[in-house]
Amino acid sequence: MSNAIHLHYDVSGEDFTRAGEASGSVKKRLKSLGYNSDAIRRVAIAMYEAEINMVIHAEGGFCDVDIYPDKVEVLLSDKGPGIPDVEKAMQEGFSTAPDNVRTLGFGAGMGLPNIKKYTDEMRIETTLGVGTNLYLTVNVK
Amino acid sequence: MNVQTLAEKLNLTLLVEGDLERDVTDCYIGDLLSWVMGRAPEDSVWLTVMGNINSIAVATLADVSCIVLVENAALDAEAKAKAEMHGVTIYQTEENSYSLAVKINELLL
Repeated sequence: MSNAIHLHYDVSGEDFTRAGEASGSVKKRLKSLGYNSDAIRRVAIAMYEAEINMVIHAEGGFCDVDIYPDKVEVLLSDKGPGIPDVEKAMQEGFSTAPDNVRTLGFGAGMGLPNIKKYTDEMRIETTLGVGTNLYLTVNVK
Repeated sequence: MNVQTLAEKLNLTLLVEGDLERDVTDCYIGDLLSWVMGRAPEDSVWLTVMGNINSIAVATLADVSCIVLVENAALDAEAKAKAEMHGVTIYQTEENSYSLAVKINELLL
């Protein structure tokens, strides 16, 4: 599709303070394009969770967003350690996040389940020691 | 009811001023940010003890009307700066979530 708007963001792995910049920016862009608020909210939440995951587990990465009239596609890619057991990571409450992350209000094991809940399609490609690609699609009704 | 009216009736202390005219239609309580982000209804007043920078991102993404830091929970400097940048309204109160929510319930009925 040639009429997509393509956006690219680098996700810093240094600290939490910058997490949310990509999702916040995409949210603003979708708002200005007149997308409905439910779709915007779902894209923003899924992306923010994924950004946080990249900061906690993978020392950052990048994020590509394609905005179509009827859907938003997002790729979040990192060169982190990979996910050893995707099925387990998908369970609500399962977390491998360190304690310092928990004191900030994260690490509740809700990241991937939330992403799944808020997207229409979610695909994980992960290789141990190589990294993880997370593909998300949110349909705009 | 808008944010300002609600805050006046509850005697909340204003820490960061965003859009005080914004409507409040619901209330949500929670401190686990992922949980809150996924579940807090739009246009709700969010009661929490989490006054760090990530709370501001969550408030923005979940589109809540304002944050109330209960039991005098602190707002750190970074979070304050980010809230000012994004226009997120933040209040503080010495009350706990439960007693405040009971009052909010009466006001929103």
